[in-house]
Amino acid sequence: MKELVCIVCPKGCRLHVDEENDYAVTGNSCPRGAVYGHNEIKNPTRVLTSTVRLEGGLYPRCPVKTDKAVPKKLLMDIMQELNHVSLHAPVEAGQVVLANICGTDANVVVTKNL
Amino acid sequence: MTYDLIVVGGGPAGLAAACSAWEKGLKHILIVERDKELGGILNQCIHNGFGLHRFKEELTGPEYAGRFIKMLNDTGVEVMLDTMVLEINAQHQVHVISAAKGYEVLEAKSIILAMGCRERTRGAIGIPGDRPAGVFTAGSAQRYLNMEGYMVGKRVVILGSGDIGLIMARRMTLEGAKVLACVELMPYSGGLMRNIVQCLEDWGIPLYLSHTITDIVATNGRVSHVTVHKLDDKRQPIPGTNLEFDCDTVLLSVGLIPENELTRAAGIAMDPRTNGAIVYENMETSVPGIFACGNVVHVHDLVDYVSAESERAGAAAAAYVLNGVQQGNAITIVNGADVGYTVPQKIRVDNVPKAADIFFRVRRVFKDSVIEIKDGDRLVISYKREHMAPGEMEHIILPRKLLDTVTGNEITVSAREA
Repeated sequence: MKELVCIVCPKGCRLHVDEENDYAVTGNSCPRGAVYGHNEIKNPTRVLTSTVRLEGGLYPRCPVKTDKAVPKKLLMDIMQELNHVSLHAPVEAGQVVLANICGTDANVVVTKNL
Repeated sequence: MTYDLIVVGGGPAGLAAACSAWEKGLKHILIVERDKELGGILNQCIHNGFGLHRFKEELTGPEYAGRFIKMLNDTGVEVMLDTMVLEINAQHQVHVISAAKGYEVLEAKSIILAMGCRERTRGAIGIPGDRPAGVFTAGSAQRYLNMEGYMVGKRVVILGSGDIGLIMARRMTLEGAKVLACVELMPYSGGLMRNIVQCLEDWGIPLYLSHTITDIVATNGRVSHVTVHKLDDKRQPIPGTNLEFDCDTVLLSVGLIPENELTRAAGIAMDPRTNGAIVYENMETSVPGIFACGNVVHVHDLVDYVSAESERAGAAAAAYVLNGVQQGNAITIVNGADVGYTVPQKIRVDNVPKAADIFFRVRRVFKDSVIEIKDGDRLVISYKREHMAPGEMEHIILPRKLLDTVTGNEITVSAREA
C-alpha cells in the first residue's frame, strides 16, 4: 500500500494505492483522483522542460520540452542527451531538436521563437 | 499624435490588455516595454503548466507568451522595446526614455498599468549573518539559468516555498546541483500542491515547515554555510533545533511585491493590503482613464487569471475612449473575517453588466466552509467551498440583481467554517 497526495485539484485528497490489488485507489473523492493515483504509482510520467545551447540568438539558451510525458526514471538520461545539443538561430517553437528521445516516443521540441 | 491607449509593460497583462482593447475598436495603441522582447516573466518560466484554463492545454511560459504575441502581431498595436517609462500623470502623459530615441513625452486618451511585480529580497526580510555572494532571489537565478546560461551554484538551500522557489529546486537539481532543503517560515507551503510533489518529492528534497534561516556564513566572500532553526508559534527560533547546511547558494522565494512606483507618483489611490492600486469593477483606478491589471494590482496564482483580468481592463479602456467617463455611485467591498483583501475594492453598480467578479485571498486554511457577502447584517449571498487556502486565490461572481438590492455603501466579504 502506497500513500500519496492527489494533485489533480487543490483539495489534496490523501490517496492509498494498493500495488497488490491492480493498483486500486482508495481515499479519492472523484474519478480523476483514481486515475491519477493508479498512474502515479504504476508508471509515473512527467513532461521534461529544460534549455539547450543556442548560437546567434537573442539569448545563449533556448527553452525546450518533451512533447509528451516521459517516464520519470528517464528524466536525468534525457538531461544528459540535451547537454550535447547546440542550435543555431533562428529557431521556431515546435521545431524538433531530438526525435524519439531515449527510446520513448516523445520528441524534444523548441518552445520559443528565437 | 495622441494614442487611444498606452500600455505600460509588455508581459502577459500588457499583451492581453492591448489585444482586447484592439478587438474592442481602439486603433492607436502602444505597448512600452523595458526589456528587449515582449512576454515579460513568462520568458524565463520555461516549465509547463500554463494555460490550462485559458487554452485547455498545458503550455510552457514561452509558449503561453508566444500565443499572445502571435495574436498581437495580427493587430496594428505598436510596440516600443528597450524603453523605460519614467513617469505618468493624471493628464494621461507618459514620459519615456530609450537609448534609441532619448527622452519623449507621449500623450494618450487612456493608460493601462501592467508593470507586474518584483521579488522581495534579502533586505526586505532581514536575514542575519554575513553578506556574501551567492544569495539570489529565485527569479533572478531562474533568469540567469534559463535565459543567460549561468549556473548560479552547486549546493543550494531555498528559503520560502512559494512556487518560484519550488520550480527552481527542481530546475537546479535537473542541472546537476544538490538542493539540500527548502525552508518555509509558515506551517504550510505557499506553493501549489502539484509543485510540492513534482519539484520536491520527486527529487527527495526535504521541506521544513515552520523553519527559517537564522544565519548565513561566508568563506572568501561566498556563502559557505547556513543555519536553520525550527520556530515556535510566535515565529521565534527554538534553541537547540538548529540544522546546519554546507552550501554555496541561498535562493529566496519569499514573496512578490507589485511594482507601483509609477502608480504612486501619479497620485493614484493605493490599497495597503495588496500594495496595488485601488480599482473599480472594470479595473479603472482612482484617476479616470487610467486602468491597472495583472500582478501590478495583486499577485495572481495563475497567468490564465492575469490574462482574463487584463482583457477586462483592455475592454474597459476601449469603452472609456469610445463612450466616455464611467459614472455612478460606488459600493466599497470590505474584507471581513479571515479575508485578506478583495479586488476590485469598489463596484459602481450601474456599470456592472450581468455580474461582478470579485477576487480575494483567505488568511488561513479552510476545509468545508462558506463565503458570505453581507450588506450590513443582511446576508446577500453565500458560496460553499470544500477547500480554501491563502495560496489559492478565490473567485466569486456576484450577480447584478443582488448588487441592486444593496442599500448601504459597503458590502462585507467573509469566510467561516460551514
